[in-house]
Amino acid sequence: MKLTFDNYQQDGFYDEMFKSDGSVRPYYRRLLQRFSKLSVEDFDARRQLADLLFFNEGVTFTVYGDKRGVERIFPFDLMPRIIPDREWQHIEAGLTQRITALNLFLKDIYNDQKILKDKIIPEYIVKQSKHFRKEMIGLKTPRDIYIHVCGTDLVRNSDGQFYVLEDNARCPSGVSYVLENRHTLRRVFPNLFERYGVRPVEQYPHELLKMLQYIAPRDKPNPTIAVLTPGIYNSAYFEHSYLAQQMGVEIVEGRDLIVQDRNVYMRTTRGMKQVDVIYRRIDDDFLDPKVFKKDSLLGVPGIFDAYRAGNVNLANAVGTGISDDKVMYYYVPQMIKYYLDQDPILPNVPTYLACVPEDQKYILENIEKLVIKPANESGGYGMLIGPQSTRYTQNKFKNLIKQQPENYVAQPTLGLSRHACYVDENLFEGRHIDLRPYILYGEKVSIIPGGLTRVALKKGSLVVNSSQGGGSKDTWVLEGNR
Amino acid sequence: MLSRVADSLFWMSRYIERAENIGRIIDVNLQLLIDVPMQESKQLKQNWIPLAACMGSDGYFKKSKPRTRPTYDVIADFLVFHYDNPNSIARCIGSARENARTVREQISGEMWEQINRSYHWLNGREARRIYINAPYEFFQRVKEISQLFQGLTDGTMSHGEEWEFIQLGKYIERADKTTRILDPDFQILDQIGDSISDRASLQWNCVLQMASARQAYQRLYLSDVSPEKVTKLLMLDERFSRSVRFCVQNMDGALRRISGSKNWDFDNPVERLSGQLLSYLCFSTVDDFMEDEGLHEKIDEIQKAINHIGVAMQRFYNPIPEKNYEPKPASSQSQSQSQSSASKSVDPKTDSTLPEKEKVIESLDLESTPEPKEKILEAALGAVPTQQTGSAGSASQSQKQKSSE
Repeated sequence: MKLTFDNYQQDGFYDEMFKSDGSVRPYYRRLLQRFSKLSVEDFDARRQLADLLFFNEGVTFTVYGDKRGVERIFPFDLMPRIIPDREWQHIEAGLTQRITALNLFLKDIYNDQKILKDKIIPEYIVKQSKHFRKEMIGLKTPRDIYIHVCGTDLVRNSDGQFYVLEDNARCPSGVSYVLENRHTLRRVFPNLFERYGVRPVEQYPHELLKMLQYIAPRDKPNPTIAVLTPGIYNSAYFEHSYLAQQMGVEIVEGRDLIVQDRNVYMRTTRGMKQVDVIYRRIDDDFLDPKVFKKDSLLGVPGIFDAYRAGNVNLANAVGTGISDDKVMYYYVPQMIKYYLDQDPILPNVPTYLACVPEDQKYILENIEKLVIKPANESGGYGMLIGPQSTRYTQNKFKNLIKQQPENYVAQPTLGLSRHACYVDENLFEGRHIDLRPYILYGEKVSIIPGGLTRVALKKGSLVVNSSQGGGSKDTWVLEGNR
Repeated sequence: MLSRVADSLFWMSRYIERAENIGRIIDVNLQLLIDVPMQESKQLKQNWIPLAACMGSDGYFKKSKPRTRPTYDVIADFLVFHYDNPNSIARCIGSARENARTVREQISGEMWEQINRSYHWLNGREARRIYINAPYEFFQRVKEISQLFQGLTDGTMSHGEEWEFIQLGKYIERADKTTRILDPDFQILDQIGDSISDRASLQWNCVLQMASARQAYQRLYLSDVSPEKVTKLLMLDERFSRSVRFCVQNMDGALRRISGSKNWDFDNPVERLSGQLLSYLCFSTVDDFMEDEGLHEKIDEIQKAINHIGVAMQRFYNPIPEKNYEPKPASSQSQSQSQSSASKSVDPKTDSTLPEKEKVIESLDLESTPEPKEKILEAALGAVPTQQTGSAGSASQSQKQKSSE
């Protein structure tokens, strides 16, 4: 029996693969032909091989609870998602504009605060954010860059347009899956790529390394670079170690580093070695127990002092969280206008702030149509999805909003686009997806073609987070002439 | 290389070697139950505690409060699969994998995949099934885990400093286990008296098998198995790869390649201790081991000497201090000391110990790290504070830290 798409349903959503009349989009045509020639047995064998490759390589995350921990792979759907060149150019321009504005915002907010003085953003919103780090005020970051690595989540709405859902400007993770997904799909389906003109992603670690070298303190040539990880129990540890390996730099834990005379050293079998640039995958809070969370075991005492002295650089800078929380998100279009005098290329999803009186009124009256998000959380936790909620939880959230309006924002539910995913027994069904491109800001802005396409594997679900039953796909950006 | 990386490479290798040795010891003793007459076999089955002691697991066994009588099958299961036993085969492979994971950018992909696959196999249903239906086959597979891994280590990794630390872990563990295999206090046949004819020959044959030394022995001596010759082979032979002398020789070589010091000289306290032990082994005869106090006491001294090398290594190459503001993390991977019932004063795991309250700055100056005061072949190690290996410490925090924004 061959794979078939005959009974594929679109259910009125924007489908990445098929037009609304059911015909396949031109850049998917050859892919569909190749899939349709496969037998179900062949396809299943390849799926199992892919799972096995992930499992044996240890590309797993741990479900906690057991002493040993149950290890799962991040579910991988073999059908790739394709982005044609024309759409990608639009996305790339939009993301470049956005990260440029966000970096200008951070420089401003930790120095002159012009945007507050000009009353574009109300001062109290910035000052009360828990991600605003007053320790950063007046600190000069090398090359004035704050967000070196950014993962911006995009979704396509039912109108076919891409919208920015959120920026992740602290320690965005997931890029190793982009590389592993490509690596795995190439191994299990080599002929799928033939003459498709898929743009490579493998250069990412090299681009990351170039960026980290560029931001060395005092333009130091051949800086020593290290990746700082919380350790093997962190669910993104695989990624930390993978990137360190690919870049050929050390991966260190807090306890490997020591600060002396405002310099950072790592302990080696041959004594102390100075470190110049740290790609840290530890949140601000845990970075330095002398400055931030006092009981952090993961950090390095005194590292912030060395940073302040300009003897070490951190990527990303401390305090970037102020630019990516859900309240500040609301103001990003204004930032783009203010700093660049441009209109946003990629629009925001319409957003209502509970702390703005007329917005709050709208939220309370329309709660069953809206998605309510806590302003400072991530990972899809603590959300209310209006249309899927009960009256009871709606009332609970109404109370929360009234009590702590500054903690909540609301957005209309989007008709997230869907993509065919293999569900079971020769059955492809549409599942909602998003896209997280990875943006590097060094000498220039460089964006890995595509990014991570996450899939909400549960039927009808809109939550794509890996911690909540999401999966992923390989993402293909096609060369210009395709 | 990072000190922590050196430590993880060392322990990764050590745990793998440990798993192989434990596998071989259990395997031989299970087969012994078939080889002796029924009456004695019954007696032996009740008497496996020394075997647990041999692997430093008896203390953990008591702590686990077994609900059934400690017959051989209960103990074997404890030694093979039990996660409450830090020295069970499954746990050793688990710990080796944890350590490998912290250094997976240093070792080859093949090495990592081999250890990862082995871990999943041991924790899966298939391993259990084979263990129950065909224990011989099972232990064969367990031995192959280590042999494949060490083969891949030799064949797929540069033989630089990283590789040397792997050799150190392998040889120090092997030396320790060979002394334990040789120790009469740990041999179960010794417990049941002389009711079996040829008991001594059976027992020493067993010793040879546990050390994979039967063929080497036959090629050298052709004759019947005698305690003196077995001891000579396992303790003093220059070429047999599981003899204590061979292991110490290789440890000493690795240490010198790491530091660059000359033979007959030392650059650091570790080399001083290893050099002392090596010359003792080179310039002893088997008579030195058999006379006076007896084999057990002599072996005890060698074990302590091996332990001191391990402690000195940890102090010299991995002086990560306990920072004063940090509460000591509790960890499931901790290498805590077990009090062995068989009058062993030293547990093989204590050599992961560190002085607890070293100050940050002191540790900066590697040269000033105090030399261990213990003299070789003297003085008991005494109670040493324990410290975990691997990086289990910050587990709960790193879990808490959100990872997928």
